[in-house]
Amino acid sequence: MIRQRLNACLLVAPLVVFLGLFFIWPLWAMLVTSVQGGTVRETFPQTAIALADWDGAGEPPAAAGDAIVADLRLEVPTERFGDSVRTLNSQYPGFRTLLPRTARAVREAPAGEKVDLAGIDPRWTDRALWLVMKRAMPAYTDANLLAALDLRRDDAGAIAAVPPEMAVNRATMTRTFVISAQVTLLCIAIGLPFAMITASLTGWKRNLLLVAVLLPLWTSLLVRTASWMILLQDNGLINQALLGLGIIDRPLALIYNRAGVLIAMTHVLLPFMVLPIYASLLAIPKNLLPAAAALGARPWQSFLHVLLPLAMPGLLAGSLLVFMVALGYYITPALTGGAGDQMISSVIAFYAIGTANWGMAGALGLFLLIPTTALYLVYGRLSKPAGAA
Amino acid sequence: MAAPRRAAVRPKADRMQSFIHFESVSKNFGAAKVVDELDFHVGKEEFVSLLGPSGSGKTTLLMMLAGFERPSSGAIHLDGRRIEHLPPYKREMGVVFQNYALFPHMTIAENVAFPLKMRGVGAAERESRTLKALELVQLAHLRERKPSQLSGGQQQRIALSRALVYEPKVVLMDEPLSALDKQLREHMQLEIRELHRKLGLTVIFVTHDQSEALTMSDRIAVLNHGKIEQFDTPTGLYDRPRTRFVAEFIGETNLLPGTVESSRDGEKTIRMADGTGLTCRDASDFSPGASVMVSVRPEMMHVAGAAGENRIEATLDDCVYHGDHVRLHMHRGDIRLVAKAHRRDAQAAMGGAVGVSFRSDECTLVAP
Amino acid sequence: MTAMRNIKLAGLVAGVLGLSMTGAMARDLTVVSWGGNYQDAQRKIYFKPFSDLSKKPVLDESWDGGIGVLQAKVKAGAPNWDAVQVEAEELAIGCADGLFEKLDWAKLGGKDKFIDSAVSECGVGAIVWSTLLSYDSEKLKTAPTSWADFWDTTKFPGKRGLRRGPKYALEFALMADGVPAKEVYKVLRAPGGVDRAFKKLDAIKGDILFWESGAQPLQLLKSGQVVMTSAYNGRISAINKTEGTKFKTVWPGSIYAIDSWTILKGSPNKDQAMDFIAFASLPENQSKLPQDIAYGLPSKAAAAAVPADLAADLPTAPQNFEGAIAIDVDFWNDNIEELTKRFNAWLGK
Repeated sequence: MIRQRLNACLLVAPLVVFLGLFFIWPLWAMLVTSVQGGTVRETFPQTAIALADWDGAGEPPAAAGDAIVADLRLEVPTERFGDSVRTLNSQYPGFRTLLPRTARAVREAPAGEKVDLAGIDPRWTDRALWLVMKRAMPAYTDANLLAALDLRRDDAGAIAAVPPEMAVNRATMTRTFVISAQVTLLCIAIGLPFAMITASLTGWKRNLLLVAVLLPLWTSLLVRTASWMILLQDNGLINQALLGLGIIDRPLALIYNRAGVLIAMTHVLLPFMVLPIYASLLAIPKNLLPAAAALGARPWQSFLHVLLPLAMPGLLAGSLLVFMVALGYYITPALTGGAGDQMISSVIAFYAIGTANWGMAGALGLFLLIPTTALYLVYGRLSKPAGAA
Repeated sequence: MAAPRRAAVRPKADRMQSFIHFESVSKNFGAAKVVDELDFHVGKEEFVSLLGPSGSGKTTLLMMLAGFERPSSGAIHLDGRRIEHLPPYKREMGVVFQNYALFPHMTIAENVAFPLKMRGVGAAERESRTLKALELVQLAHLRERKPSQLSGGQQQRIALSRALVYEPKVVLMDEPLSALDKQLREHMQLEIRELHRKLGLTVIFVTHDQSEALTMSDRIAVLNHGKIEQFDTPTGLYDRPRTRFVAEFIGETNLLPGTVESSRDGEKTIRMADGTGLTCRDASDFSPGASVMVSVRPEMMHVAGAAGENRIEATLDDCVYHGDHVRLHMHRGDIRLVAKAHRRDAQAAMGGAVGVSFRSDECTLVAP
Repeated sequence: MTAMRNIKLAGLVAGVLGLSMTGAMARDLTVVSWGGNYQDAQRKIYFKPFSDLSKKPVLDESWDGGIGVLQAKVKAGAPNWDAVQVEAEELAIGCADGLFEKLDWAKLGGKDKFIDSAVSECGVGAIVWSTLLSYDSEKLKTAPTSWADFWDTTKFPGKRGLRRGPKYALEFALMADGVPAKEVYKVLRAPGGVDRAFKKLDAIKGDILFWESGAQPLQLLKSGQVVMTSAYNGRISAINKTEGTKFKTVWPGSIYAIDSWTILKGSPNKDQAMDFIAFASLPENQSKLPQDIAYGLPSKAAAAAVPADLAADLPTAPQNFEGAIAIDVDFWNDNIEELTKRFNAWLGK
């Protein structure tokens, strides 16, 4: 008995380990990383104490200057020092050069001698700088989460909007959802008829259509983008054809704008829509549509009342897949889009890869994950009645 | 095989108006001629079965009537109107499919209401008519269920109810009972027959089961290779098969080959190869000298004493007990014979040689 | 902290998985550069000859930059890259944050063998490259000569290409606005300087196509989608050579930068990587590079050995160097995050 149970546990163990390792743990790590205060209080322990009682409104306490000098004289691991600099610089641009410069000056000064910070760099007199230091001390912070939503703490510590010229994340996030929704709708508009035609064919014609829709998945991003350029640019094939036919008298802007993004993304995401719909269409008994027609349904009524409801599980699954995959796109929009087509993943990639600011990357990722998860739950509810039928 | 009981109430086709008319209708699929120059009428309120082996063209015929196939040539008339060019949804026919074809995503009530909804019938009227149609098949209590929660028989009745709800001119049924077990099938046969009578429906019923066709139909069209072999009442088909195919396909028969020797006032004399002479009085018009088969149903083959009309000596091979009757399997030369007999007649047959006879008005001549 | 611990744990897990897949075999020297025809040239003149010389295989990979990539690899412990060619910004941050090993300058022949800006504790310059204005001389009859021309949409109607991001865009905007090249960073650091740059960018925002990868501006020029674009100088001379285009470059107002060879902290092939970097810094090897791609050489002796006709195309040629400025690494390391945020907000407006 116990042996059996043990065996059962051993059998599912790889699955549990896999889920934990590649699903739960990264999510947890992302959440934790986004709210962590960083290493600043470990690098500057005495400064932390000196700033603890400061209300942030008046002048920073005089002791803070001496404390930071004392902290800079300590030997700390270079990596940890670098992390602290990164955290501070993200909140107050300039720490990146200020701290190493100050540290060098402090270490060159004779031990015990008073160091004039303002003399090393005038920025040390900026109250905002000290406020950033003070706020970087706690073990946990909401700075990243707020910044991800274009919010910040003002001098009084209340939550306030960032200046309008710096507000970008909410707009980018909204844009990401709008583009993903547009791509999903386009994929439905093209994918549903495509799947219907494919399912109605047999033999090599069906295979040809299936291969055609899968092809973009097998070609490299650069080849695909280059092809779109050849087709869509001002003197590309499409514009030349339209001009030649006299349909238009000046080239249509088809690339380096939203149209380009939608065309390129729809193209590559189409299989995620077509395949689930196709599968659900194949599962529909062959005699239902003739039955509907015989019972008096016109073709569009058959489609609306019989085919569409029965294809709905596939349509929903396809829409969810396309939407979720689209949310993560950023290279395609960057290559085929215009100025106003940046998607949130490129911002996340900038923080993670470009500046190693894992906290911001995690916070943005979190806000991308929450609506996605909500959507998935809605999908679960929507698809249940269909599944029970 | 009992003769159908309702001979008295059966409408006479020749006295009825033509309601459905197939006028030299052909259908080709590529080089294959599936339906070949068919010409026939169906009367109003008539129950007609299309009977034939698979590939005989009976389903194609039904599909052309429903509008899923267009004739390659010829015309189809319904109530005086040509319909072969109309799409299915304009033909006002109720169709019951082989596997019911209920919509899995709709409740029973929604399924039955579907034809009404397609015709723009208002919600209130739709509901009352749906309920009525469901009461017709005694399944109103299941109206909130989904098709997958119903048994096969129940699904069949829902399909029927759905085909009847909008009171179509014609109800087409494509082997509707083939998926049911024997007992349920027989029950449904009666139920459909009952509905036909009660509602005055015109029904075209496709089946490959001859006993089903005999039980239910006013008339039966026996199809073979895209042609109608015989279009007749069940008794007419059974008692007076006009071709060898019909004689063999409907029920069971003994076929005795011979040559017509003389024919006078419907009475023909047939000489078998071994010299035995037979007499047969039927409606066929074979001339003297024609090769024919004399078809005799097993129950008309009597175990005879020494004397009797059309007496044949045969050798008994086996005697199989069937409760209410026995079947005697015999042969004479290379002709195999079967007789359905009473037990006590079988007693007499014991001993190898047996004499059988049949009445001259209980046999039919068919071409070999 | 925990983030770091997480990354370390990730490294451990990856390490365990990797170990189980490859066994405990020692890894070959792995050199990482920027891909494309540049890395093809490097493979020919550095990687393969070094491999032949040391009788050990040299693996080469390419990357697209990003300090986060290096940090993740180093923090995971036992990085799978050894010698990496990095941009100046990454060199500065990585060196301050301890992501790189200190170089053995004795093996490199001493710091005085290289131009000053190519010398650092953690890295030695590999190339000098420029971002500059370029155009197709076959399509543009009047040659643009400055960033002011780039901004002049009446004299040069049509779209222009700029790299998506604040770096370079702000500098070029200020130059177009009349700021002398040498004072661009002073203005950017001063209050209102960044605003001024964005305001100038506003003037031609509708005419700019933003490019993302270095190959894009070439495609844009070639197809005539843009009349001029910012581009990397090496790519321009390379496409002129391979595809016979007549693209031209405007050197005054160009911004040059130095890419350096570094060794990732904790590299198991540290010594071999050092030997490789020394090999790639030898004047006789380095001087072969301009034959394939027009990048300047940090080794003084190597630069002197380049034939005059090739040398004229390099960012380091005196006439090209004259009106050019060096990228201000400190400014960008301080402000890249903040200004990228602002740039993206500006883009989306």
